[in-house]
Amino acid sequence: MSVAIIDYGSGNLHSAHKAFERAAREAGIAAPVVVTSDPEAVLAAERIVLPGVGAFADCRRGLAAVTGMTEALEEAVHRRAKPFLGICVGMQLMAERGREFETTAGLGWIPGEVVKITPSDPSLKVPHMGWNTLTMRRPHALLDGIPTGPEGRHAYFVHSYHLRASDGDTVVAETDYGGPVTAMVGRGTMVGTQFHPEKSQKLGLAFIANFLRWRP
Amino acid sequence: MLKIRVIPCLDVKDGRVVKGVQFLELRDAGDPVESAVAYDAAGADELCFLDITASHENRGTLIDVVTRTAEACFMPLTVGGGVRTVDDIRALLLAGADKVSINTAAVFDRDFVNRAAEKFGGQCIVVAIDAKKVSEPGEPDRWEIFTHGGRKSTGIDAVEFARDVCARGAGEILLTSMDRDGTRVGYDTALTRAVADAVTIPVIASGGVGDLDHMVAGVRDGHAAAVLAASIFHFGRHTIREAKEALGAAGLPVRLD
Repeated sequence: MSVAIIDYGSGNLHSAHKAFERAAREAGIAAPVVVTSDPEAVLAAERIVLPGVGAFADCRRGLAAVTGMTEALEEAVHRRAKPFLGICVGMQLMAERGREFETTAGLGWIPGEVVKITPSDPSLKVPHMGWNTLTMRRPHALLDGIPTGPEGRHAYFVHSYHLRASDGDTVVAETDYGGPVTAMVGRGTMVGTQFHPEKSQKLGLAFIANFLRWRP
Repeated sequence: MLKIRVIPCLDVKDGRVVKGVQFLELRDAGDPVESAVAYDAAGADELCFLDITASHENRGTLIDVVTRTAEACFMPLTVGGGVRTVDDIRALLLAGADKVSINTAAVFDRDFVNRAAEKFGGQCIVVAIDAKKVSEPGEPDRWEIFTHGGRKSTGIDAVEFARDVCARGAGEILLTSMDRDGTRVGYDTALTRAVADAVTIPVIASGGVGDLDHMVAGVRDGHAAAVLAASIFHFGRHTIREAKEALGAAGLPVRLD
């Protein structure tokens, strides 16, 4: 169950790498994890992870700068239907466009755009930074065994923008921050999380193990 | 609902924890990584390393500590101390820090905050503000930024500075009262509140925690989004869990998973 974490100059690759290794080990799943900027390695892997930290446009340029990577992703995820996980800005890049600083085209896998979060309560600070619970909008294999709802487990968020999906069916989970904020999207073999599973302690390790076991 | 964060802070010098962490049963109380793992298991919401290594040449030891911590802990890590350049920030983020705190460099070159936020995203740029009260009794409260461990005044108004770095793209403020640091008499909640109410980004209260009520006051009266403490945890006077239960008992939202 090989996993490729895409290195395009953005994201906490080291943390993600170690979190995937540990989740695999604890769940007893043999899953070699590579951090790579090689499109061939992405095509060869059975699971693909796109992390991302920073601004949408900067990350999009970073991904575009890796020769052949966008094409490899389209081939692996769309045509070969390999399980894919986008994390934070890696999830936002799945949208049609981002509106952080400037309007930038995304990968266009999830209909919708990435917009600034605007809590209804003006005393709420932005970035939305810290631990929050998830509200499940529809069941998903990656949330199996993870308690959600106000009394459920917490996920770690740190972001000022979120993916506003134009097709509500793609929203798997939301979190509440002065109104609903998209926490997880899913469509076919693709999922994306606004939160950081690699930083979310118990919830995170369970979520990653679910991703490694997932057979969509 | 977003929870109030409880953040233990470790002072690190030449790759070792200063004073040591004397809780639980650590084999090596001076090893930052082992302390980090213990706080991870204890349910800390984030961890903060403050590097107080005097020489810049010894920077490699900090990078090594951050790398090993990121391998062992799956919780958010903020690292600060001696961060002067965009390359310093990059090195810490690559090693596994989630946020980097900048202090003196932001005071003397405010554009550094803009450059850092544009390069890495504001969400990972924390500006650490060390403030001291300078108003006389009877005057309206006023605080100034101090550098060099609180020894040098800059004449810069702390609230004004906070507003400015927020506008420049900082994602968070780590606010330490130099009057209260190490005193155990509680946060300067008037300072915390003045800054927290002046900015649209989260503020971490720091400096002066002596008991759990101080943490409650930092949030309830100081409007902090997170509370940072060092010795109260390191010396085992209170656990992370107890801190959260105290916040919870005061009606504040906390994470207990």
